[in-house]
Amino acid sequence: MRHVQMEELCATSRVLIVAGKGGVGKTTVTAALATAAARTGTSVLIVEVEGKSGLATSFGVPALEYEEAEVRPGVRARTLTPDHALLEYLEERGLRRISKRLVRSGALDVIATAVPGMKDILVLGKVKQLERAGAADLIVIDAPAAGHAITFLTSASGLLDAVRVGPVRTQAQDVLDLLSDPMRCRVMLVTLPEETPVNELVETAFALEERVGISLAPVVVNSMPGDLAVAAHRLGTDVSTAGLDIAPAELRALTAAASFRHDRHELAREQAEGLAARLPLPQIRLPYLFTEIGPPEVDALADAFTAEVRALPDPSL
Amino acid sequence: MNTLTADLETRHVLVCCGTGGVGKTTTAAVLALSAARLGRRAIVVTIDPAKRLADTLGLEALGNVAHEIPRERWDARGTAAPDGRMFALMLDTPATFEELVRRYANGPEQAQRILENRFYRNIAGALSGTQEYMAMEKLHELHEEDAYDLIVVDTPPTRHALDFLDAPARLTRLLDNRIFRILMAPTRTGFRLAGAALQAFFRTVAKVIGAEVIDDVVAFFRAFEGMEQGFRDRAATMTELLAAPSTGFVLVTSPRSDAVEEAEYFAQRLVESDLEVSALVVNRVHPDFGDGNDAEALTVRAAELASRAATAPPATHDAISRMAARYANLAEYASLGQRERAQLADAGARIGAATVAYVPSLTHDVVDFRALDTVAAHLLSAGDARTRG
Repeated sequence: MRHVQMEELCATSRVLIVAGKGGVGKTTVTAALATAAARTGTSVLIVEVEGKSGLATSFGVPALEYEEAEVRPGVRARTLTPDHALLEYLEERGLRRISKRLVRSGALDVIATAVPGMKDILVLGKVKQLERAGAADLIVIDAPAAGHAITFLTSASGLLDAVRVGPVRTQAQDVLDLLSDPMRCRVMLVTLPEETPVNELVETAFALEERVGISLAPVVVNSMPGDLAVAAHRLGTDVSTAGLDIAPAELRALTAAASFRHDRHELAREQAEGLAARLPLPQIRLPYLFTEIGPPEVDALADAFTAEVRALPDPSL
Repeated sequence: MNTLTADLETRHVLVCCGTGGVGKTTTAAVLALSAARLGRRAIVVTIDPAKRLADTLGLEALGNVAHEIPRERWDARGTAAPDGRMFALMLDTPATFEELVRRYANGPEQAQRILENRFYRNIAGALSGTQEYMAMEKLHELHEEDAYDLIVVDTPPTRHALDFLDAPARLTRLLDNRIFRILMAPTRTGFRLAGAALQAFFRTVAKVIGAEVIDDVVAFFRAFEGMEQGFRDRAATMTELLAAPSTGFVLVTSPRSDAVEEAEYFAQRLVESDLEVSALVVNRVHPDFGDGNDAEALTVRAAELASRAATAPPATHDAISRMAARYANLAEYASLGQRERAQLADAGARIGAATVAYVPSLTHDVVDFRALDTVAAHLLSAGDARTRG
C-alpha cells in the first residue's frame, strides 16, 4: 500500500487551522507541524491569533509581532489580532485617518460588542488575503482556545444570516468560501487522549462539518504516553537476571512509577481507539514529553509528526 | 494550613477561575459537594460541563434552572451533615438573556420587540462577552433569591479569564459611551446635535461596516430603551457582590507552566481590584514515587544500565534493558515532580493564597460522585495533599 508523505499533507490545502480545547497543546502541535513541513522544503507562515501564546517559547525566539519574523529556517511567524486586522481593513479602504478615531472613541467597541463575530471575520478575512497573496506554501493558524474555536470558525456563517448586505456580508462570504473549500483550507483538530477532550473533539468535528462545511485534516492526539514495555516482566526476575542489588524503597518506587506509566499508556490507547471508532478520521499520535516545550522538543515532535504522517494509508487525505 | 474548609463553612460566594482545561468545572462541583457535606445549602453554577459530569449532576434535561440533587446520590454513605443540600444549574446563555429581557422590560410589548429583533435572534448566544455577562446575571439572581448559603460559580472558558469580572463594568462603559448614547438618541435630534464632524464620522463608519448593520444594531439597542438604568444598577450590585468579604476566589490551575502563569496573572489582577484570593487549587499534579528519588542519580543509573545492556550477552540483555527503562522512567517522573513542586511553591508564594491545595493526577476522569469525593479528600486535606504513588 502506498503511504502519504509530509509533502502531500502540506500540499493538500494552503491553509491549515489548528484548533482544539484549551490546554490540549495546539501551540505545540502548530510548532511541530510547521517544523515538519519546512523540512520538506515547504515555506511556512504561522499566524498566531490569540495574542498570547507559547509559540515564541517553543521556538526559543522573542515574542512574536505583527511583522513576520523567521523563527526557524523555512518557518516565519507573526501575530494577527482583531484590532490590527480592523486597522488594515480600514486602511485598505482609504480610511486610515478615521481608524485611530474609531478605536479612541470607543465606537469600535460598540460595534464589536454589537456585531458578534465581527472580530473573527476580520481576522479570517486577513488570513484569506494572505492565502490569496500566496504568502507561503503553507499557512498554519494557531486558533483561539476553548469554546472559542467553534465561534471563531462559525462566525462567518452566523453573520451571513444576520447581515443581508454591505461590506461585512461580503467579508463574511469571502471567509466562508475559504473555510468551505477543502482545496484551500482545512482544520486540524487537536486533543489529548482523555475522555473529556476526546468527547469535545468529536462534537466539534461534527459541528464544523455540518454547520460550516469545513473539511477536516487528520486529527492530532497529543501527549500519548509511550509504552515502557515492561509490564509483561516481573521486576524481581529482571533484577536478579541483571545481577543487581536494589534497596526495597527504590524497588517500590520503580514498580510504582512503571505501573503509573503503564496505566497512563493503556488509558491513552483506549481513548485514542475510542476516538477512532467514533470519528472516521486518520490520527496523528504525538508522544508525551516530560520536559517543557522548547526547540529540542519541537524537533522531536516534528520527527514524530513526519513518521506518523508517513504511516497513514494513502486514501486518508 | 488548609483554609478551604473554613471558606466552605462561611463564604457566600466562591468564584472558580482559571484557563481552559485545568479542571475548573470539576473543582466547582467538588466545592459545592463538600459544602453540602458540611451542612450548607450549596449550589454549583456550571458552564459547559463535560457531558458525563453533567449527567452526574443531573443537568442533562434541565437547562437554566436550579434543581436539587437527591441526597442519596451525593451522600450514598449517609455521612453528610443533616442540613446539607446540594443544587446544580447549567448556565444557558440565550435562556438567561431571554429571562432577563422578560423580567426587566417595561411590559411584554418591549420584551417581544427585543426578542423578535432579527439581529438578536442570530446573536443571542454569540454576542461577545454575553456568556460572561449572563453568568454574572445568574450569580446576581441566585444571590437575590436568598435560597442558598453558598453559590459556587464556574467561569466561562474565556481567552482572558478576567472577562468575567469585567463584564458588569464593560456593560456600564458601553452604556456610558458617548457614541453609543448618540446612536441611541430616540430622535434625530441627538444626531443633529452631534455636530457636522461627528456626522461625517458616522457616515464613514456606515460606509465601512455597512449602513444596514449599523441600523440593525441601533434598532436592537434602542429596543432596550428605558432599561439602561436597571442594567447599570445591577452592574453596580454585582461589582459590590464580587468585592464583598463573603466572596472568595479560587484559582484553579494545572502544573503546566502556562496555566500557572495565567493563574499568577489573574491573582495579580484580583489583588489590584482588592479582591481576595482564597485558594490556589492545582489539579493533576504528578505523583511522587518516594522520598530521596534523586532525578540526576537515577538518570545516571539508567544510562549505565543502558550501556551495560549494549554489550551484555543475549541471556541478560533484555532484563538489563528493561531495568534501564524502569530507571529512566522513574528518573523522568522524579525530575518532573521536582520541577513541578518548585514552580508551584514559587507561584503559591507569589500569589499569596491562604491555601495551596494539590490534587494528584487521577487515572480516570472525574465523572461520578465517588470520584468527586476522592478529589474533595485531596482538596481539603490539610497542607500539601500530594499523594505517594
